[in-house]
Amino acid sequence: MRRLLYFLPLVLFAGIAVYFYLGLHRDPRAVPSALIDKPVPDFALAPLAGRANGRETAGLATADLRRGEVTLVNVFASWCAPCRIEHPQIKHLAEVLKVRVDAINYKDKPEAALDWLVRLGDPYGRIGADPDGRAAIEWGVYGVPETYVVDRQGVIRYRHVGPVMPHDVEQVILPLLRRLGR
Amino acid sequence: MITEIGHLALILALVVAILQSSLPLYGAAQNRAALMQFARHAAIGQLGLVLLAFLATTYAFVVSDFSVMLVANNSHSAKPMLYKITGVWANHEGSLLLWILILAVFGAMVAGFGRNLPPTLRARVLAVQAMIAVGFIAFTLFSSNPFTRLWPPPIDGKGLNPLLQDPGLAFHPPFLYFGYVGFSITFSFAIAALIEGRVDPAWARWVRPWTLWAWCGLTFGIALGSWWAYYELGWGGFWFWDPVENASFMPWLAGTALLHSAIVVEKRDALKSWTILLAIVAFSLSLIGTFLVRSGVLTSVHAFATDPARGVFILVLLVIAIGGSFALYAVRAPTLKGGGLFQPISREGALVLNNLGLTVALATVFLGTMYPLFLDAMGSGKVSVGPPFFNSSFVPIMVPVLVAMAIGPQLAWKRGDLAGALGRLWAAFGAAAGIAMGGMLLTGGGDILAVLGLAVVGFVLMGVAIEWAERVRLFQAPLAESWRRARAIPRAAYGMSIAHSGIALVMLAIIATTVWRTEVIQVMRAGEQVNVAGYEFAFEGVRDLNGPNYQAQRGTFQVARNGRFVATLEAEKRFFPVENQATTEAAIHTTWFADLYAVVGDPDGSGGWTVRLYHNPMVPWIWIGAVVMVMGGLVSLTDRRHRVGAPATRRRRAIDHGMPQAAGD
Repeated sequence: MRRLLYFLPLVLFAGIAVYFYLGLHRDPRAVPSALIDKPVPDFALAPLAGRANGRETAGLATADLRRGEVTLVNVFASWCAPCRIEHPQIKHLAEVLKVRVDAINYKDKPEAALDWLVRLGDPYGRIGADPDGRAAIEWGVYGVPETYVVDRQGVIRYRHVGPVMPHDVEQVILPLLRRLGR
Repeated sequence: MITEIGHLALILALVVAILQSSLPLYGAAQNRAALMQFARHAAIGQLGLVLLAFLATTYAFVVSDFSVMLVANNSHSAKPMLYKITGVWANHEGSLLLWILILAVFGAMVAGFGRNLPPTLRARVLAVQAMIAVGFIAFTLFSSNPFTRLWPPPIDGKGLNPLLQDPGLAFHPPFLYFGYVGFSITFSFAIAALIEGRVDPAWARWVRPWTLWAWCGLTFGIALGSWWAYYELGWGGFWFWDPVENASFMPWLAGTALLHSAIVVEKRDALKSWTILLAIVAFSLSLIGTFLVRSGVLTSVHAFATDPARGVFILVLLVIAIGGSFALYAVRAPTLKGGGLFQPISREGALVLNNLGLTVALATVFLGTMYPLFLDAMGSGKVSVGPPFFNSSFVPIMVPVLVAMAIGPQLAWKRGDLAGALGRLWAAFGAAAGIAMGGMLLTGGGDILAVLGLAVVGFVLMGVAIEWAERVRLFQAPLAESWRRARAIPRAAYGMSIAHSGIALVMLAIIATTVWRTEVIQVMRAGEQVNVAGYEFAFEGVRDLNGPNYQAQRGTFQVARNGRFVATLEAEKRFFPVENQATTEAAIHTTWFADLYAVVGDPDGSGGWTVRLYHNPMVPWIWIGAVVMVMGGLVSLTDRRHRVGAPATRRRRAIDHGMPQAAGD
């Protein structure tokens, strides 16, 4: 009986090793996003006050994303430094690659956001102003910037957390847009 | 060309390691001196080959040879030279190379300094050491080759994770590995002892210095890592119970237990199979730590890029190494003869209590670290186990260990006199009671647990002082007599006292900073002032500037106290365009009894910035205490009894000098 005790470390380790093996096939980083492959949540946002000069002046709501067009929804704020870093890529997507990009302006002051767009360029279609971040909660946003790919039927297909960098455009977003038939 | 030489050297090192892991074992079994002697030459040759491979990789980093895939992926020509060099081990492949190099250094040290080991034991230790080398070199060559070329070479490299471009973290891995790999020696000694079927006090005496070396390296490595997390991650904390931190802490707990149980084997010839088990566990946890960091099984701020294929390879290595040694243990350990008996109240008893506490603490940390993995593997969803679990389970377990730390050294071996020991500690009890009452009055009974914690710290510090005073008969004998006695106390005893004081300092600092820290988080505009724990922080605003390979926004604070200037704090947010990552550089001013700590966050869009300001009392003493612990270890290592039979070596050398022809062995 006492001899069996000496086998205890071996037995315990065997159990742990099995768990290690099972754990290898899981991705601990994949924070489950409840909204992937789900329809866009219900939300309706007023337009960004003062935005005019020939652009769409409507706000952004659920229905706008169900119009049979693949759309990028970019969550940004004028106070967010990484948003400035990703902005050239967003502009490239909208202006050169002609992807429809709508935006949610997150917890921002309209005049600051307008000033930001004037200085850095305004590539967006519709912009919904979300001053208190309520719509962003519906989307499950936990920081700016975030970018979502919404397909023709208004289903969220991809969520990008953090700034969209050139390699993200090349390696993830464009292939996905191509698959979605844009 | 140099890269290919390095590659070849590593392949040759694998061949040498394979021979070194087999021939000496056979030689020891057959009692063939030549085959056993081969282990020594092989271990030294292996060091040469591995060093060559490591230098070749370093050279590729220094000259920014982007035709080497590893360099292209992890370096950049605009990086400062220091980080080009430390970049060698700041990635998966290079850090494996560093691991193998340290393994080879330890192997060569056993070969070089282990002259007075029995030849069979030395041959077996070196053979086991070589088995570990075979596993790691094979892993490097077959799944993580640092010498792979890239054609065509890119114009510039992808850069190094900016979090790692920092002096604290740059030198954290070498010390940590020194600790991890140091336990490979004790592991090899344990396996060799199981093969020989003999564990005696001499064995423990050979093992202890290696354990101490490893323990010192690991302690310093962990302290560096925690210091780095403190000033770099910008949360003002020093320990986050992050899985990767725990991965380095678990071998430390096992190693600390081993350090103490080996004393019992050496002095009293008891706790043999337990000590062997601890030696195996300490190194197994080092291996598991490596596995956790690299396989992507657990997520962490410190993790390397994850790759399941590599994970499977490491897992196979783990199963062979740990499973194999536990199997050997299961078969051979029951045959080890138990030695000296002892009463529960005795020095041995206190050391057993130490081991019990450390082992339970180890099990707690292990469970907390692995629980999310276990649950996820069973498909029961994702959870994370956070600091509240560890703080509420780990801390109470450690309290009796700390108390035993003060009482244990007062007890005699075999059968101790608890009443007498407690009687001699009356001053320590007085100090603890004084701290407890004073603390209660000062805090108005608010932080009872913290005050009790400080009382324990006072008890331990006083206990250490009393133990020393008793030994030198301070104030009981003439001062000259005390001085003579003080010089006669073995260095190992001084080492113990210093290390125990270090632990007490660390505890003191952790308690003080956790309970009495002041934290202010708010939006500030240029020109505004805020008071943090009696210090006036005046915010001067944020400006942009350019570093060598980053752009920064620097916020400046002028700190004053009672109208008198104290310090200028410049906190930065850095953005590294090559790596597309941002880092926080906290600004820290230390008064030695507290840190003033400032971090600049995001702008609010209308001229204000989120700032976080901390007053962290006593926090520098966490790392000072850790350094004191390491010094304790080093002082203990200078004990002549630890220089494994120093007189024997001297005699041998004398003979060598007398007969030159014998010197060539």
